[in-house]
This record gives sequence, structure tokens and C-alpha cells, in this order.
Amino acid sequence: MTQREALFEFLQHLGDNTLILSHRVSEWCGHAPVIEEDIALANTALDLIGQAQMWLGLAAEIEGAGRDADALTYHRDSWDFRNLLLVERPNGDFGKTLMRQFLFDAWQALMLEKLARSEHKQIAAIAGKAIKEVAYHLERSGDTVIGLGDGTEESHARMQAALDDLWPYCGEMFNLDERYNALILANILPRMDDLRARWLSKVTDIFDDATLVIPTDNFAHSGGKSGRHTEHLGHLLCEMQVLQRSYPGAKW
Amino acid sequence: MVALVRPSTEQIWRWLDQIPDPEIPVITLVDLGVIRGVSWAEDMLVITVTPTYSGCPATRVIQMDIEAALSEKGVMNLKVVQQLSPSWTTDFLSKKGRDALENFGISPPHTAAGPQHCPLCKSRNVEKISQFGSTPCKALWRCCDCCEPFDYFKCI
Ligand SMILES: [Zn+2]
Repeated sequence: MTQREALFEFLQHLGDNTLILSHRVSEWCGHAPVIEEDIALANTALDLIGQAQMWLGLAAEIEGAGRDADALTYHRDSWDFRNLLLVERPNGDFGKTLMRQFLFDAWQALMLEKLARSEHKQIAAIAGKAIKEVAYHLERSGDTVIGLGDGTEESHARMQAALDDLWPYCGEMFNLDERYNALILANILPRMDDLRARWLSKVTDIFDDATLVIPTDNFAHSGGKSGRHTEHLGHLLCEMQVLQRSYPGAKW
Repeated sequence: MVALVRPSTEQIWRWLDQIPDPEIPVITLVDLGVIRGVSWAEDMLVITVTPTYSGCPATRVIQMDIEAALSEKGVMNLKVVQQLSPSWTTDFLSKKGRDALENFGISPPHTAAGPQHCPLCKSRNVEKISQFGSTPCKALWRCCDCCEPFDYFKCI
């Protein structure tokens, strides 16, 4: 794999994470338990889709095959997507949606902090922009996890169940992917050695306040980064891509 | 052939300072701080714009508004370029823009902790309802004295 191919892969990973999570979060629009949360979910989805546009736009530019962010979004099949399995998980209840958001936000904030120091100017610029938005996402998802975890008996039980269910999807965030070695050597991608420890320390602090217990079984699903997805992504893409698949190139 | 007069960049800035922000029309694009540069490259006017939030739908409208307003002034050969770095911050908001926001009832950015006071009765007794509001750049707050909810232009 050439350095350019590796960079294309990695940028799709970043873009697809935010694209797929954005779509999932937007499924809440008009359905959240209270209007403030509805607005917050819609705004979070909006930030994420903006980030996806930047990452996938850069990915297409690096690929140099005449595609753009829209082409990557609407005309790739599920095996071409490089997102974490975590972000394609169905929403479940409101608490589970916010649990998934928190697990992802905590990772994304640290990842962007590193990428903002990349020697690749465009990557550093996108990360520097996105990191400010993600700080607000993380503040909210962390507060909500604490509020519901340390809430009523029922909200606590639901949040613990959400954590137990989503935990096996977190390990994939930290799988060291040797396809990216060339990028690390070129200082495009910073070293990620301390990422897991720093993430674990952040989520442990929040879960302590939320009176939630981290599962002891460290089994981790993986495959998303190399295109082996669960059936949930296929259903999501059906909905997201239907218009452009039926009427390729259709414009407003 | 008519000799074309190239308006000065100062003139262009003044024209841009008349274009209202599409979502908060009490301030202009220049007040908002999204215009990062105005320059001539030969006969082409280049306007550099930075987005406020990554997904803000106003970004596209802003570009269209700039093109429409300047073509009305006779500037036809124009390019609007996007610049991400340095990323937009509420520090780019002008003093004039901050005052206009406050008069309109939107509390201008103060600190990460929240607004200085209620934009209506100026009470400091305010509380946060939600960190997210009607547009990506705003949070929802409420005044505990006059009881009015208000938008806070949050720091970023
Ligand atoms: Zn008041």
C-alpha cells in the first residue's frame, strides 16, 4: 500500500465515523424526549456532517480519481466504508444514544488533539476546526451520562445496560493498524500509543461519577476499519443513499 | 471599450460590511468575522471566507450573498475561497457586532462559563438551559430575575 493509498484509507475512516454517526443521531430529529435535547441532537448531527464533508472532501482530493465527498457518501457500498462498528449501532433508547456518543466523543476529542499537530497542513486545519465543536459534544454527552447513570433506579439500569452492550465495540478504536505505519513515519499521523490509556482515564472518571461499572470482559469486535460491517450499516445506507442511487447526480 | 475602474479593497470591505449575516441579520458578515481577506489578483477579486461551524448551513448562503451583493456593485470577476486555518473563533466578532447582538437580545460571547448578564434586564443571575440552541453558534440561557429565556452566542 502506498502512502497515498494509506492516507485515503485513513481519511475515509475519519470521515465515515462522523458521517455514519451523524446519520444515526439525525434519526432522533423530532423524536427526542424534550425539545432542548432534540435541538442538541440535531446540532451535534450537523457538526458531524460538516466534519464528514471536510474529511471525505480531502479523502477524494487525495485519491485523485475525480470523486468528491458526495460521490464517496452516496456511491460506495458498505464494504467500502471504514467507520468503527460502534457508530453504526442502532440508537436504542435516548440513554444508549448518549452513551454511544460519549464513548465516541471521548475518543474523537483525543484523536483530533493529536491530528491538530499533524505535519499535513490540511489535516491539521480540519482537526483544529473540529476539535472546538467536539469539546461541546463531549461536555454534553459526559454530563448526560452522569445525570442518567446517577439518576433514578431505572435510568441507572438502562445506562449500565447501554455500557455493557456498547463496551465490546470500543476496543476497535485502538486497534493499531499496520496499514497506517507509513503515515506515522511521515509524521502525517501522530503516534497513538497513549490513546487508549488517556481515553480509559477520561471515561473512568465519568463512569465513577455516573455510578456505572466498566465491564471486566475485554472482548472486542472489529472489522469496521477494513470494511467488514454488521448488517446495520447496510440498512442505514439504504436509507441514506436511496435518492442518489435511484437518480444518480440529482440536484436540488 | 469602457475603462474598468477597480474598486479599492477598502471600498470592498465597506460593501461587505453591509451584507447581513443570513441567520442573525442584525450583524454583518464583517462583524461576524468570517471575511478573512480581500485582495485583487489581476482583474479577479478574491474574497477569503472561513466557516463558523463545520456544518453550518449558512456557509453556502454567505457565499451566494457575497457574490450577489458585489455583482450589484459591478464586480463580476470574483472568487470566494474557503479557508479553515486559523479556525473561526468568537474573538473575531467585532465590537460593533457584539453591541448589535446585545441590543437585539442575543447575549454576546463572554467566557466559556457563560454570558456576562441577561441582555434584557442586565441581571447577572442567569442559568444555562442547554449548550445547544437555534443555530450552531448559540446556547440557550434563561434569566432568573426577569424570567426571560435568551440566546447566548457561545464562545468557540
Ligand atoms: Zn433578565
